[in-house]
Amino acid sequence: MAAVQETIERVKALDVSEYKYGFFTDIEADKAPKGLNEKIVRFISAKKNEPEWLTGWRLEAYRRWVTMREPNWARVSYPPIDYQELYYYSAPKTALGPKSLDEVDPELLKTYEKLGIPLNEQAILAGVEGAGSDGRIAVDAVFDSVSVFTTFKAELAKAGVIFCPISEAVQTHPELVRKYLGSVVPPTDNFFATLNSAVFTDGSFVYVPPGVRCPMELSTYFRINERNTGQFERTLIIADKGAYVSYLEGCTAPRRDENQLHAAVVELIALDDAEIKYSTVQNWYPGDSEGKGGVFNFVTKRGDCRGANSKISWTQVETGSAITWKYPSCILRGDNSRGEFYSIAISNGYQQVDSGTKMIHLGKNTTSRVISKGIAAGNSQNTYRGQISSHRKATGARNFTNCDSLLIGNDCGAHTVPYIESRNPSTQFEHEATTSKISEDQLFYCMQRGLSAEEATALIVNGFVRDVLQQLPMEFAVEAQKLIAVSLEGSVG
Amino acid sequence: MTAQIIPSRTAAEAALAEAFANGKAGLPGAEAVARLRDESFAAFARAGLPHRRIESWHYTDLRTLMREALPIAPAPTREQLESLRKEIAALPAQSLLLVDGVFAPELSGALPQGVTATSLAAALASGRPELIESLAAAWADADDSILALNAALMLDGVIVEIAPGAKIAEPIHIVYATLGAEPSARFSRSLVKIGAGACVRIDEISLGLGGRTGQTNNALILEIGDAAEVGHTLALTDGRPGSMRLESFLVKVGARAKFDSFALITGAGLVRRQIFKLFEGPDAQGTLRGVSLLRGREHADTTLFVRHAATGCRGRQNFRYILDGESTGVFQGKVIVSPGAQKTDGKMLAKTLLLGAEATMNSRPELEIFADDVICGHGATCGGLNADQLFYLETRGLPPAAAEALLLDAFAGELVDELGHQGLVAAYRAEVAAWLAARAKSETRSAA
Repeated sequence: MAAVQETIERVKALDVSEYKYGFFTDIEADKAPKGLNEKIVRFISAKKNEPEWLTGWRLEAYRRWVTMREPNWARVSYPPIDYQELYYYSAPKTALGPKSLDEVDPELLKTYEKLGIPLNEQAILAGVEGAGSDGRIAVDAVFDSVSVFTTFKAELAKAGVIFCPISEAVQTHPELVRKYLGSVVPPTDNFFATLNSAVFTDGSFVYVPPGVRCPMELSTYFRINERNTGQFERTLIIADKGAYVSYLEGCTAPRRDENQLHAAVVELIALDDAEIKYSTVQNWYPGDSEGKGGVFNFVTKRGDCRGANSKISWTQVETGSAITWKYPSCILRGDNSRGEFYSIAISNGYQQVDSGTKMIHLGKNTTSRVISKGIAAGNSQNTYRGQISSHRKATGARNFTNCDSLLIGNDCGAHTVPYIESRNPSTQFEHEATTSKISEDQLFYCMQRGLSAEEATALIVNGFVRDVLQQLPMEFAVEAQKLIAVSLEGSVG
Repeated sequence: MTAQIIPSRTAAEAALAEAFANGKAGLPGAEAVARLRDESFAAFARAGLPHRRIESWHYTDLRTLMREALPIAPAPTREQLESLRKEIAALPAQSLLLVDGVFAPELSGALPQGVTATSLAAALASGRPELIESLAAAWADADDSILALNAALMLDGVIVEIAPGAKIAEPIHIVYATLGAEPSARFSRSLVKIGAGACVRIDEISLGLGGRTGQTNNALILEIGDAAEVGHTLALTDGRPGSMRLESFLVKVGARAKFDSFALITGAGLVRRQIFKLFEGPDAQGTLRGVSLLRGREHADTTLFVRHAATGCRGRQNFRYILDGESTGVFQGKVIVSPGAQKTDGKMLAKTLLLGAEATMNSRPELEIFADDVICGHGATCGGLNADQLFYLETRGLPPAAAEALLLDAFAGELVDELGHQGLVAAYRAEVAAWLAARAKSETRSAA
């Protein structure tokens, strides 16, 4: 109940369509020339001092991307994107390779502090932020195209966990990167993933060795700052046999009139008996109340349960972005592997969300669970799109899907598009979906107990999404709950 | 996946284009209709046969499945029609006969007062603009190339008009018959206009091999007036291997009307049934039900587009599949609630039993909702027979095969029983029983 109270206070304290992370950091940036061609791809590769194989890999992706068309099957509409009008590389001039926090530009540190993500390990230790198993979270901070700092690297290394920017991993652990990069989302996968493969700049790399339980929560914080810049990060997480890792991702961007492009790729690999828990709180700038500006979020996220008894769990809270196009998926290859997807997608204003998951059952006795809660308000469109499929050999596969939508107001839309494909008589797939508005009776009941309409709505919405919030790491759950209240603001009463 | 693909024309598409170019002069209808045919064919030619990349045809790739376009059956001669007279003796009263897609009034039974039937050709020739408008069914907003092909090539069909307030006690049958020994193609479009407050049932059935061989592309349009009560059944049974049946069913439901439809699909070569249903007036009720029983390499696709455009309507969609052998079942149901269609109550359920190790089920129950004060839901399940239930029955002394048959019969029969009408329930339960018996027989044969 405490958190609900907090939500209500938050709603009261804020103005309509407040986006608290909309500020802009004035910092000198080192940018590639505008536009995209082979030279730019080589430029990015050279900036990162990459080995030849990776440059070739990027170029191949680029050449393929040129022949591809932007997908148009999703229920989103946006003006055509001019890919030649974007900057594909932008890095704060002072950010490259700091050895310690003292070398990091104070402007950047201030930015992250303002975002509530202190990069100072002392501050974190002092309990300012975070509450992992022992109250600590390791953070990789990505600013536009580069990672500016990663905390707790040394301590993680003691446990054998590698947590660093992917550009660093290319240098320090090329064998791991080469082995796993593109093995879940191949460079040819789809238009945006191919684009990302050609121009990805940074992102996090995590490797948890066999039998290791990662001693703290890992986290990456993405920030788009520069104007007309696309952010193309690439995250690669590998949990070796029997390993466990929980990873959190957060993102924000300044308030701008023009749209910004974010096309990321996330690849998760879980080997035998490993478990990866991936949580996202996505809070990119959603555009103003007229639908102007905002981030286009075209993301390919996929996990591969490669080993037997492995488990991958996606939890997402989507409140930001003008357009969300994202389907975190699980390929359940290993026998007895398990995939989970818990999602809250909230859209308000003129936001458009087309999100969901794919659970591909390939191994025997694989199970998956999908819980999706969509809340549409204002003039937004909120679509759940999910695919559940079982292969001929996937005997004993089981899935349960539940997607509920809540509509607040007259001008929004909520849509459900599940694809259920079964090729094995021993599989058991169950799908259920409902759409409704907040029940008048429930509202009346709450208000009759003395709550205002807005408080009552917040309470009911929090109850509606509870199943998913419970899956989030504790400190994120509180943050997410606040976000929900802020996102729905102005939609009640 | 997003690489650009420019499809080339398939042999079937080329054959259809040729058939249209050669045959269009002989197709019924004056200038306006000819123009409509040209436009429709142009729409079909642009899109081609529907394929995987057309979302509503994703699981029935006609471009691949339709290898050839059969020649269009010629209009039957008077002598040929006479030769059918013996067979039609067994038909129920009030049967309207479509022979290879052409309405044969001389073979059709007498109709009760308040019901008139004419041929599509006559209606098109009469130039009654409201009929042509009804036949075009623009309200369905169906962007579908198979329906466009039907509009271009429709040879004939039957137009039934039921007077407002008429209470028709006995059902009216639309009977599909065929003359050809050779497999051929048929294109028919029929229309049933039901006046306000009328009460009627329309049953679509087959005579002999009618609709069971060759290639059939039928469209049936139902316009249901305010407060009318309409029942409908369609027997898509006993289709022969290699046959292809494309059925478009377009239903417009008026205010406070009640509509109930059931279809049974068995023995499909390839069946695609697409239903476009529009709740046009407020407070109407509409139910769609269907059972598909498939074996071998049969493929049956039921695709629904249900649009709630008015307030307070209640829609129920309930479908069941039993898939044996290497068969493929497809269920796609899209329920759309338009802006302002408040108080809509929509429910959809698709349940599948997979029996064959090589059988495939694809289901896609969709909701598209633009109004907030609604209760909409859908469910879909897919799995094998419950081992506990089988075990229970076996402990009661039933042999495994009988136990399985009992469970299957109950699964399919549950929807049949909802038909309510005793005669219909008995007839369709008999069809289900026959299918189960045939399945059991083929199983024992293969076991031996």
